[in-house]
Amino acid sequence: MFNLFKYASPASFYPLAGRLAMGFGIASVILLVIGLYMSFFVAPTDYKQGEGYRIMFIHVPAAWMSMLIYVVMACWAAAGMIWHTRLSSMMASSLAPTGAMFTFIALWTGALWGKPMWGAWWVWDARLTSELILLFLYVGFMALESAIDDPRRAARASGLLALVGVINVPIIYYSVQWWNTLHQGSSIKVVDGGVETSMSEIMVWTLLVMTFACWFYTIAVALTRVRSIILERESGASWVKALLQERKS
Amino acid sequence: MLATLRCMVMRDLTLAMRHRSDVLTTVFFFIIVVSLFPLGVGPEAALLKEMAAGVVWVAALLASMLSLTRLFADDYNDGTLEQLLLVPQPLSLIVLGKVLAHWIISGLPLVVMSPLLGLQFGLEGDELMMLMVTLLLGTPVLSLLGAIGAALTLGLRGGGVLVSLLVLPLYIPVLIFGAGAVTASAAGMGADGHLSLMGAILLLALVLAPWASAAALRISVE
Repeated sequence: MFNLFKYASPASFYPLAGRLAMGFGIASVILLVIGLYMSFFVAPTDYKQGEGYRIMFIHVPAAWMSMLIYVVMACWAAAGMIWHTRLSSMMASSLAPTGAMFTFIALWTGALWGKPMWGAWWVWDARLTSELILLFLYVGFMALESAIDDPRRAARASGLLALVGVINVPIIYYSVQWWNTLHQGSSIKVVDGGVETSMSEIMVWTLLVMTFACWFYTIAVALTRVRSIILERESGASWVKALLQERKS
Repeated sequence: MLATLRCMVMRDLTLAMRHRSDVLTTVFFFIIVVSLFPLGVGPEAALLKEMAAGVVWVAALLASMLSLTRLFADDYNDGTLEQLLLVPQPLSLIVLGKVLAHWIISGLPLVVMSPLLGLQFGLEGDELMMLMVTLLLGTPVLSLLGAIGAALTLGLRGGGVLVSLLVLPLYIPVLIFGAGAVTASAAGMGADGHLSLMGAILLLALVLAPWASAAALRISVE
């Protein structure tokens, strides 16, 4: 039987990660080119928002990815806690910077979109606020990890933090939502929900292509990053030395 | 089990009583932060009244954050913590005892002081009562969640700043419901929903947080 746990060892995962990263990287570039072409030239102009809506094609996938990556990261952290596999915690830490980047992109593009549409760079809307808090959670995770010198302790401590965070994410999300509905002061309403149905088919397809481009990008980048982490942490291992010898010659 | 809990609480309280200035520092920090706001935004009574709950709550978050780093640090430095990890009683219970003592030292004084600060901001009757009740429900959660952060950052350089980065985002729900309850009762709406949610958060934290802090302590002290 195909043994999946064989790849829990960094030594056997390293070459596999290299091949996978290459494949997903190429796929992501192709999808990105198609997706960008579609979002700029194929998708029709929105009758209400004009050309400005096109930023959605990067904003929405980035927002989705930012939330998904946190959950995936927590799953890897949990796996690392349960099976004590070094690779799982390495995967968790390799995902964090990409997640933080997507959170930042989602906020940034949201601000760029918000200025012409709502007339404000930032409003204390529930989803903006929870996205901002998500960014704080990512930053906390990375800060804790980099503050601890011992890599084993760093991996386990930040893993625990990710798990605590993932339990809190729904609580934070709903509390922020209720907070927002209680403070009825905001004069700007976020029009959403209707977006899905009102979008033309080509827009949905463009969004899907862009989402998959972001997915594949994340996988490729995380795997590339995990390869560096493996080399760094396993620098004493004999297979790493052999690999370096091979590359030198 | 209760004997262990009581023993831990008494021990930490005794230790705190030997360093009374530490306790007072937290309370005065709380008072000073709250007093800075009127100086910053101006003395208009209506504006201050509206801000009161939020200001007091944010100051409470910061004040409880201030004393967090000491929660395990002294025991860690003199080696007591390692001994505590070895005892047969469950570690989460010991952590709960320490958290309880921390709350009595740094949370309870804030609850007691809050009506006075509320008065300065022009809150009255029911609102003052509500401010006290929400702080009574909320500050234990701050200590419980903070213990996780304190345990994770034990013995790290710059642990004090780091702990605020880790813990403050987790405090947000308590802040929202705590300040929200006071605002709601001031506006004449019922605050029962807020209080129920705060109670739920308190129970959830009471069950899960000592356990998570115990795991974090085992990671930090190896």
